[in-house]
Amino acid sequence: MTNGFQIVVCGSLVPDPLQTLEPVTTPQGPGLKNETMLPSVLDPWAAHALFEAANLAKQIAGSKVWLVSLGPKAKLQQLMMTVAQKAPFELVAIDGSASGFTDAHGVAAALADAIGAIPGLDKSRLLLFGGCASASRDASVTLQLVGERLGIRDQFVGVDEIKVQADGSFSILERIEGGQYLSSTCQAAPAVLAWATGNLPEPPNNPQIGMANMRGVMPALQKAKPAAVGVGGIAYEKTEIPAQKRQTRIVKDATADEIAREIVEWIRS
Amino acid sequence: MTTNETSQTMKMLPGDEIRQIMWRYADRFDIQMAEMGARSVARGLIARLVADGERNTHDWTEAKNRMYQAFDESGITAAGLDLEFGGIIDGPRNLALSVISYELAWVDGGAATTSLVNNLALGPIVEKGTPEQREKYMRASMPPAPGEDRKIWRGAFALTEPLPYVGVDTGVVSGRVSVSEWVEGQEPVLQVEKRGRFITNMAVANFITAAVDTEDPRIKSSCMVILEETDEGTFDRGTPTHKMVHQLSNTSDPIFSLKIPASRIVGGYTVKDGVIIPNLTHSEIIEAVFSRTRVGVGVMTSAKLLSAVEPVIRYQRGRFRGAVGIEAGSPRYDLGLQMKEDALHRLADVWATGEAAASLGFETSRVFDQLTLVEKDAHRIFIEQGFGEGRALMKALRKPQSDAIELLRLLAQPAGARDEARVAELQADTLVQFVWLSALGNVLCPACKLWDTGHGANMLREAVSLMGGYGITEDCPGFLFQKWTDAQLEATYEGPEVVQRRQISLTMSNEVFLAQIEQWVAELRALGAAKPETGAVALAEGFELWRWMLAFVGQTKDAHGRPLSQSQRHGVLFPMADAICWLLAARSFVSDVQELAAKGPEHPVVGPEIEGYLNTFTDLGHVQIARAVGEVGRISAELVYGYAASAEKAGDAAAEFQKLRAKVDGSLAGSRLAKDRAGKALTQIMIPEALDYPM
Repeated sequence: MTNGFQIVVCGSLVPDPLQTLEPVTTPQGPGLKNETMLPSVLDPWAAHALFEAANLAKQIAGSKVWLVSLGPKAKLQQLMMTVAQKAPFELVAIDGSASGFTDAHGVAAALADAIGAIPGLDKSRLLLFGGCASASRDASVTLQLVGERLGIRDQFVGVDEIKVQADGSFSILERIEGGQYLSSTCQAAPAVLAWATGNLPEPPNNPQIGMANMRGVMPALQKAKPAAVGVGGIAYEKTEIPAQKRQTRIVKDATADEIAREIVEWIRS
Repeated sequence: MTTNETSQTMKMLPGDEIRQIMWRYADRFDIQMAEMGARSVARGLIARLVADGERNTHDWTEAKNRMYQAFDESGITAAGLDLEFGGIIDGPRNLALSVISYELAWVDGGAATTSLVNNLALGPIVEKGTPEQREKYMRASMPPAPGEDRKIWRGAFALTEPLPYVGVDTGVVSGRVSVSEWVEGQEPVLQVEKRGRFITNMAVANFITAAVDTEDPRIKSSCMVILEETDEGTFDRGTPTHKMVHQLSNTSDPIFSLKIPASRIVGGYTVKDGVIIPNLTHSEIIEAVFSRTRVGVGVMTSAKLLSAVEPVIRYQRGRFRGAVGIEAGSPRYDLGLQMKEDALHRLADVWATGEAAASLGFETSRVFDQLTLVEKDAHRIFIEQGFGEGRALMKALRKPQSDAIELLRLLAQPAGARDEARVAELQADTLVQFVWLSALGNVLCPACKLWDTGHGANMLREAVSLMGGYGITEDCPGFLFQKWTDAQLEATYEGPEVVQRRQISLTMSNEVFLAQIEQWVAELRALGAAKPETGAVALAEGFELWRWMLAFVGQTKDAHGRPLSQSQRHGVLFPMADAICWLLAARSFVSDVQELAAKGPEHPVVGPEIEGYLNTFTDLGHVQIARAVGEVGRISAELVYGYAASAEKAGDAAAEFQKLRAKVDGSLAGSRLAKDRAGKALTQIMIPEALDYPM
């Protein structure tokens, strides 16, 4: 591994999960009540991918991270005030809808076009990262579609770990059924890694990293190209939030033994 | 835009985009990032500490100590430092520190204090220290870079002392400095004896900036000195103060008996005829520091008021859910207590107070940022002109004061009808800016500290009461009980209420400030004419009444022939100080709503929804104006009649007062309708599913 990886992370914003997310019908199709004003966070699945990318870039000299984000650029700007403090990256912004109801094919096309236009991107060193799903709709196909459009055939979904060998090959752990991992080895980039949770905690905000990132973030937002993504050909017959079930029981000061005993009893029952 | 019963109202509680416009840091990404850093610490570690009961002891625990590391890692510590010393804020930092203070206090005021107190300790050095002192202590206070093996220094500020003084009168200190050794040709060694009381950060402080006086004839005046924990002698951190509030800050009564080099006198010294002459007395330094840091304390209380709105709405709406016979979808299920007007009106009062308090705090912070940019140039100009201090400086200020008054009177005229060239000329004058901003800051700072914390504490009690019995339990979401009781300390430290009232009573009659009021009145009348629903005319009438009262007080004697305007006549001047605070807070809120009206529509995120925000904020502003103007009327009536032997003997002035009072009362038309609309908005605002911090 001489030149390092070029790691492109696809990730955008989703509404803060603590907010009230109520589906409504808008002239543009389905949406969320007060969607434009809902506070946003970086999609948690994409966030895991970003943190893993930053960690990998730190370990492999010569590596660089791009964050490619499709969303309303004013909301992306607000999001960057937090995300830019988490890890060093160069932002590639695409100005368009980040709705959970957009067509994954349209989103993938916009992302692939933006990635293809990154100056100096060397596909032989490219690792395409993103979440294996999204907290907004969970289509679970977007990253694979981007990979296909970029002609990357080695794709791994539900990744929790990557280990790079001295020769540039890397081993990957993918989640599979039954709580098991599928271990694979890939000889070299390019590859698509759609991350599950990975193994890293969320880094604390680091204002120095943030200040460094912001030098590139603001110009990137200013030159963000518009992308006409939408629901495409999808017809939504009905949208609704899952029925709320309140089966929570709040117990304070229970010991670990008591909790364990109760869980075992519940499982046995 | 006019509001009526069918107007759009605020759909969601204001988010970051709205606040950034209102409080004027939409284009300050350094501040926004610092804010996010502070928020992550507040709603993460700090909320967990409170929820885990760490506040149940005044002892400084290992868990509480973790806050310092979090502050260092998130940029909160660095926000108080110059860029060259690892700081992250470009330029003056008052607004940035207030924003950080706001975010931390949203969860816990004590934690906010812990973050601010290092800046308080550094304040004398940053503001008035020698270049060497600034370099040494700011560099030592820099959080270590990753991989750097260095212990960060933390500071404490020691002014207050054990009884009898307790720091109420900052001009009097018992701490003493004397010459211990002075070998000819060498730097003098000083002996410092200082007992502190209620000194925050003492559990961890590595250096102390302490106020001391002297009886040694070889030292000319009082001064501030820097003490280090490794200095020769006694550095006793003292026993923890048994605080019942702000337990996430560490406080004790330390004892220092230390030998220090004279180079630790803050701001340096000169030697003349064998006498050490400190370049600055302790009072001069403290004034420079407190005039800034007090603002952050006021902002803390405002944050707590605004943080109460969401938990109270959630409590009100969910009050009857789960009860037998309360079906989902029924009004009692959806609205709960919000079916009752009283619950809505009281919450509107809490919210309006929080908005006004925050607006006042942030406006004051911005004034000090602007002042910071011009004051050094102003002092340089004064020195170049040969005016140092004292009478010479007072003389030098006459011209810029007169110019500032001229500028404000020009600004009070409608744009286009005034001499714009002269306005531009005066606005570009550094000395004019200096006296204008000084006059403003000298009133706004104590007003913010006094009103935000004092009235804020009262309204936090109201917020607690809105939660019913739940409010005084550990399970109350939003930690409202702690926030209420903490406010009592916020009203006390960095100068209790009496100190702030005293300062306002001295600065409120500054001619430049009075010209500023005239300009505000003109602005408010113009706004009121264009948008009657704002209540701006009522606020203008309130200011006019206060202005009349000031003149009345200045020329009236009580029934015993004693002038009302005597400087120690607290019964007169302090209520006048209270009255102006009410008006200033309401005006700041109106100003912020107007800023939102100007900039909000073009904002890509909030623009489409701005009408609802403006309508509800306007109604809340009107509510606050009515309350403020009502207070001014009440106070004025007490002063006009309260010192007369009888109503009949109150004289012609009373008749004039009655006319003015009638105008003020009449201007309240529509204010209760505004409150009804604000209450209605409260029933419709969408809130998150859960608080974003634990309970």
